[in-house]
Amino acid sequence: MFFLRENYRHPEFQVGIRDFMRPAPGIAAWGLMTGVAMVKSGIGLFESLLMALLVFAGSSQLASIPLILAGAPLWVIWATGFCVNLRFVVFSLHLHHYLAHLPGWQRVMSGYFTADLSYVWFVRRYPHPSGDGAGKLAQQAYLAGSNLMNWGSWVGSSLVGIALANLVPQSWGLGFAGILCLIGILCSLATTRLRLLSAAVAGLVGVAAFALPLKLNIIVAIGAAVILCMSMEKLRPPVPEVAGS
Amino acid sequence: MMDINWHTVVIVLGLTVVTVLARGFFLFSNRTWSLPHWAQRGLQYAPIAALAAVVVPEVVMVNGHLMDTWKDARLYAGIVGAAVYFWRKDVLFTIVAGMAVYMPLHVGLGW
Repeated sequence: MFFLRENYRHPEFQVGIRDFMRPAPGIAAWGLMTGVAMVKSGIGLFESLLMALLVFAGSSQLASIPLILAGAPLWVIWATGFCVNLRFVVFSLHLHHYLAHLPGWQRVMSGYFTADLSYVWFVRRYPHPSGDGAGKLAQQAYLAGSNLMNWGSWVGSSLVGIALANLVPQSWGLGFAGILCLIGILCSLATTRLRLLSAAVAGLVGVAAFALPLKLNIIVAIGAAVILCMSMEKLRPPVPEVAGS
Repeated sequence: MMDINWHTVVIVLGLTVVTVLARGFFLFSNRTWSLPHWAQRGLQYAPIAALAAVVVPEVVMVNGHLMDTWKDARLYAGIVGAAVYFWRKDVLFTIVAGMAVYMPLHVGLGW
């Protein structure tokens, strides 16, 4: 967490901030348009501010807006938010390997502040959890640095978007920068053929099952892609262990 | 002065709890979760699948249906954005190039 001295005094904290300069503009553009979209949809200024400051999850914020306006029941809105956020459950499982040494509230707070991009940047710099204390500290400091950049650019730009809501025409479609940001991350994850297959299957199923309620098309798509890729893995012939060639 | 809809405030607070629950899911317990092999393999494919499941409908669908025209700026911006990523390996380039395609088509031609 970025407000802890042991993190923000660590050199890796600066590295985390510097590395995150790259995706920050895309996040800011998305946050800006989310801020505009919240106010323009008519959910109210105070409610928009509260959402920007607390919810801190663009996809579930954007998914909830039409449901709020349609007067959907509370549980449907929350369940939709959780389904859209399900990828974070997977992230948290992975992050536990890096954060297990921390006290509970620090683990949960670190999880809360770790969004899509700061997670991706973190595991790219540190593919494996460190075994020693100094390494663990460096890793948590890096995560804190990139999380601060991520949080700052998201919340800051959301607030600007809320303030400017009446000046930027929604017809410009600046919100698409957020989708482009996600496309970039998606491509950066496509490092193996099976991962590419996973993306293709999930994309197809996500579209084909779009009519499912609660945004369950996302869950169905993830399930189908993961199951298919794991079965494909089993079908591949085992790598021969012959030291010949 | 400000007209606060407390029902919406409750929804927002609930969504905050949802974020904390999802992002902290396995972090609440101190137990070191040792993942079974299948789950470790699944982790290889789940994140990219989740992104694709969110992104692809945003690029090819209109109001819950597959787009029925080629005149849609998102399609071309998405393709260019992805191509530029594989060329320059940089998310910022993807956003800039994608928006450079998107804005003229969307604002200029109304696609």
